[in-house]
This record gives sequence, structure tokens and C-alpha cells, in this order.
Amino acid sequence: MDWNFIIFSVVKIAFVFGALLTIVAYAVLVERKVSAWIQDRMGPNRVAPPFMKYVPVLGSFLTRIGFFQPLADGLKFLFKEDFTPAGVKKVYFWLAPAISIIPALLTVAVIPFGSKLGHQKMVIADLNVGILYTFGIVSMGVYGIVLAGYAANSKYPFFGGIRSSAQMISYEISMGMSVIPVLLIVGGLNLSLIIGWQASHGWLVIYAPISFIIFMVSSFAETNRTPFDLPEAETELVGGYHTEYSSMKFALFFMAEYSNMVASSAMMVTLFFGGWTLPFWGLNQPAATLAMGLAQIVVFLAKMLFFMVLFIWVRWMFPRFRYDQLMDLGWRRFLPLALANILITAAWLWLRS
Amino acid sequence: MSITVNRKPLSFWERLYMPAIIGGLKVTTKHAWGTLFQGKKVTMEYPEQKWTVPAGYRGAPYLVRDQDGDTKCVSCQLCEFVCPPKAIRITPPGDSGLKPDRPNAEKMPLEFEINMLRCIYCGLCQEVCPEEAIFLQEHYSLTGLGRKEMIYNKEKLLELGGTAPGIQKWKHKLAEAREQENFPVKV
Repeated sequence: MDWNFIIFSVVKIAFVFGALLTIVAYAVLVERKVSAWIQDRMGPNRVAPPFMKYVPVLGSFLTRIGFFQPLADGLKFLFKEDFTPAGVKKVYFWLAPAISIIPALLTVAVIPFGSKLGHQKMVIADLNVGILYTFGIVSMGVYGIVLAGYAANSKYPFFGGIRSSAQMISYEISMGMSVIPVLLIVGGLNLSLIIGWQASHGWLVIYAPISFIIFMVSSFAETNRTPFDLPEAETELVGGYHTEYSSMKFALFFMAEYSNMVASSAMMVTLFFGGWTLPFWGLNQPAATLAMGLAQIVVFLAKMLFFMVLFIWVRWMFPRFRYDQLMDLGWRRFLPLALANILITAAWLWLRS
Repeated sequence: MSITVNRKPLSFWERLYMPAIIGGLKVTTKHAWGTLFQGKKVTMEYPEQKWTVPAGYRGAPYLVRDQDGDTKCVSCQLCEFVCPPKAIRITPPGDSGLKPDRPNAEKMPLEFEINMLRCIYCGLCQEVCPEEAIFLQEHYSLTGLGRKEMIYNKEKLLELGGTAPGIQKWKHKLAEAREQENFPVKV
């Protein structure tokens, strides 16, 4: 264990953590803006620090696009009363937000967000079991939601928790199954290896489109986004599992949802869309210069943000699934489809070898 | 009696959710495009843009002056009496109080206050006023930084109210009175 490794790891962790939280904050803004545009509104365009009116063009532009809104939202969450309703199970009530956000933040640790800057690999932990680690961590997210539903000692959060446990467990399976063809094709679990394979052979979405579709739909279900947002279904369950939460505890659930979105988008990009690679301009090879390294990070972020916008867009596009339809889709459509996909891929690879 | 609704079984294409997905994409894209690039948004940016009210809109009640610039109110206190939320408070001039600023009117209010926080815009003051001195006008969003600020006094109400030309009841009374004084001479 040398000092170099520790220092660079700390720097990378700080950078990724900061970037993740910034993306989360601005994803909320994008969510509000996109929903507004789809609903023929303008969205947040007022919040600005007082000195902004003296900045000529940029100031009013930033105000119009709501650039400072996340700051105001964050401040609001911090200053709101942190109310603990009577009759909640205190320990679990306090534990649930933490359990729900920690896995959400941990997932990004194994995702390679760039090739190299200098001699440093742009991934916090280059695990050989990257995908397994991700699935392990992601499936812990359900505990936060179930605990929140249980701890609130109230009907609707309880329903939300129950729904969430069933939904997340069933989609976890088809999600895991959907990735197996990818592993079969690449022959390894290391995410850097998967990206390397895609750099030389082309993006995996071409080789395993069905895997991609199942993975994408399952990640919508995993992150509790519409059309699978049954655990928090506002129209049915008030707020679902976070009904009884306020202030920063609620904000933690909120951030967990968006960090999960970031993690899912990053996973989709890494597994199916070549991660930080682009098939032209020499971006396919690990970067030799600093500029190339930065360019590859930008490529990765751009691909990831595309999927973030897709997540957000879909939310304002589709109505919610009914509970039985959700289960039906998970168990009777996706699971057999994923199994068939594994078989076909395996047979295809066997025939080719 | 229950009615059975026959629902067509979904086709394979529909069971893939594809028509719904494509339809959703189309609708949302159309709306987002329209809002962003064609200015088709349906909302207004409120404090800067305000809704123009139709004629005869009944907003906040203000006092009006007649076409000669005289206060019309004669401090009869009918509006104060009829006001359901008791938003109006009139201080009459009293015996040796302020003389009216126009000829031949008996009184004018020393102070006339409307608490806009209490006012419910019912329009009873306008309806009851024998002098047509108070009208519900087009202002609909009154704001202030404190409760005190929301109590409008006579000067403010008159300033906001502007003029409402109409029959100048007391002016004709003056003419009539003068004529009566001249009566014996004329005959």
C-alpha cells in the first residue's frame, strides 16, 4: 500500500462524489424543466443570487434556465423542520434514509468513467467482479425503502415498502439474467475489460439488443421511476415509502433515487454503449495525453447524461403500471425472455467457436 | 344490472407496448418542441406579465372622484355598515370637522380606510353607495410587506380609484338652490 495509491484514490473519490452529487442536483432541475416543457410550461426561471442582475447577458440567461434553483432547493431542504411523527420506530426511521442512499452512492465506485489521466486509471476500484459488486450493492437499496415503509408505522408508506420489496426483487432477477449474455460474449466481469472488448469489437448493444432492452426496463423498475414508480405512487399512496419523512431525510431518499438513476445510466453506458470509447477520432484507445483523457471523460458523461434525460423524459411520457401488470411483465415476460436470451447467446457462441 | 364491456384482446404489436411508447414519444416531443421553440406555452410569467381583466371586473374597491376632481364620498357610512367582513372604517368629520372640498355637499370623510386583507371583493359597498363614490376596480393582486401596509387610507384609495364621471348630484342641487333663491325675483 503506497502513498501514491491512497492519495490518488482519495482525489478520485472526492471528484466522483462531487460530480455525482452535482449531477444529482442538476438532474432534479432537468426533471423540472423537461416536465415543464412537456406540459407547456417554462419551469423554474426565477431563482438567482441578488448580484446576478448586475451581470449583463450571462446573469439573466443563467436565471432563465434555472441555474441556481438546485442551490435554493438544497437550502430549503436543510432549513426545513425535521419532523419525526409520533409512533414511528425511531431507530429504523433514522436508519432508512442512510441505508437507501449509501448503496446508491457506492455503485459508482466500480464504473470506469474514463481511460487514463497520466498514469492513473479513471476508475475508483478496478474490481474483477465489477458487475457482481454492482448488483450486490444495488439490491441493498431495497432495504432502505422497505425499512422506511416499515418504520413510518403508517398505512401508505407500508404499502409502498411492500410493493417495493416485491418489485425490486423480481426485477433484480431479470436484470441479472439480462447481463449474463454480455458476460458470455466478453468473457469477464471486470467493467474495464468489457469496455476494452467493446473498443475493439463494437458496442455490445449490437450483439445483445434484447439484453439491453431488458436491462433498461429493469433499471427503470430498480430505480423506482415511472412507469414502475409503484413504491412512491403519489396518486395512490400519497408519497409511498417517504410519506412520513421531511427535511434532509426526505432529501436523502430523493438523492438516492437520482443517484440510482446516475448509476443505472452509467451501467447501461458501460455495459452496452462502450463506456468512454467512441469509434472515431482515436477515442477508442486508452488515452495517451491528458487532453484525450479529459475528452474520454466528457464522452462518458455525455452518454450518461443522454440516458439520464431518457429516464426523465419517460417519466413524463407514460402512465404507471398496475401492480399485477408489473409482476406479470417481470416474471412472465422478462424472465423467460432473459433465459431464452442466455440460451441463444450461449448456443451462438458455441457454434462459432 | 351489470353491463359487460367487451374489450378487444390486444394484438401482438400492442402487447409489446410499442404503439403506446411511440404515441407517448410523439405527444411529448410535440409539446416540448412547441413550448421551447414556438412559444406555445400556456402559462404567463406572473409578476411581469399580468392577466388583462375584462371590463366590469370586480377587483379591489377604490374611492373615485367626479369629473371636477371632487371627492364623491359624503361619509354616509352605509358601506361601512354593509361590509360583511368589516373591512371599511370611516371616520366622519364630526361637528367642527373638515369641510367638504366641493360646494353644497354636507360632509366628506375625515378618514376612509379599507383593510385589503379583510376585503372579500363582494361588491356590496359599490351596490349600497348612494353617491357612486366607491367602485370595484380592475386591481386583483394587492401585495404589501406588512399588515399595516395593506390598510389603504383615503388618499391612497382616491389616487388608485381615479375619476368616475357621472351624474353630479350635488352640483345640480346647488344650481337648484340658487334658482330657488332667485325665485321671488323671477316672478
